[in-house]
Amino acid sequence: MIPQPRVGVVTYPGSQDDRDALWALAAVDADAVPIWHDDAELPDVDAVVLPGGFSYGDYLRCGAIARFSPATAAVCDFAERGGLVLGICNGFQVLCEAGLLPGVLLRNESLRFVCRDVALRVERADTPFTSRCEPGQTIVVPVKHGDGRYVPPPDLDPAQVVLRYVENPNGSVDDIAGVCSKRGNVLGLMPHPEHAVDPLLGSADGALLLASLVEAARERALAPASAPDLIRPYV
Amino acid sequence: MLVRPKDGILDPQGEAVERALEHLGFAVSGARVGKVVDLDVQGDDEGAARAQVEKMCEQLLANPLVESYEIELHG
Repeated sequence: MIPQPRVGVVTYPGSQDDRDALWALAAVDADAVPIWHDDAELPDVDAVVLPGGFSYGDYLRCGAIARFSPATAAVCDFAERGGLVLGICNGFQVLCEAGLLPGVLLRNESLRFVCRDVALRVERADTPFTSRCEPGQTIVVPVKHGDGRYVPPPDLDPAQVVLRYVENPNGSVDDIAGVCSKRGNVLGLMPHPEHAVDPLLGSADGALLLASLVEAARERALAPASAPDLIRPYV
Repeated sequence: MLVRPKDGILDPQGEAVERALEHLGFAVSGARVGKVVDLDVQGDDEGAARAQVEKMCEQLLANPLVESYEIELHG
């Protein structure tokens, strides 16, 4: 029997998409378990998802306060040990503020909240989050955010850009929609794959990303000591 | 302390404020919107207090990638 990998979803005060993420992960065959923001230790999980929402009211800057929660510290330790971490929307903002991902997310260029399906180009299909996609494939996943304009650091390695908007909805530099860490075990993206796992929701393309993550988590559950280098940089 | 978007960082909020001021008939340019954080801090002297606030700015109050900060101390 193929084991079900266990994927944790952190709930912060103000998280909104945590339950959708749990549901969507279960739909792609994960044992999805909730993690409370106040828990300083993670349960025994093979991957962690930080969901969308407005953690701690997004006071000061988006994700700035969530960085200090005990669960975020535990997620940082987990990522440093090579654990798989996916940050969606507010989760992406938290990962940037926590220093697990480069860059920052600022107010949309239009100053408007955008809520619609967007097309994304898969720049890298060789990450644990995109292995079910083809390189260059276009997928449709919804965005819903007011602060999604990604500003990378000047020295961002282009090999860390995993997803780009086909039509930029928020003014992100270089149309960047998703970036991964240098080691490739952490991904942040503004679009919401958990809202696109069934054709009834308008698109099932988000399931490609989540199923990739679950597959990678399953491989790790089977062989936890392997795969120190998850992606090969282009350069 | 004052936090400002760094030069070269797009500030749509500043642009919107500028357009609104122009709408009111003011001739303005270069509007940028930042924020102010007022704090009470304890310190033996001004230098110690300033050093403390600088650490706060670096670690939390400003994001050094996109924001600059300025500290004003009032005894």
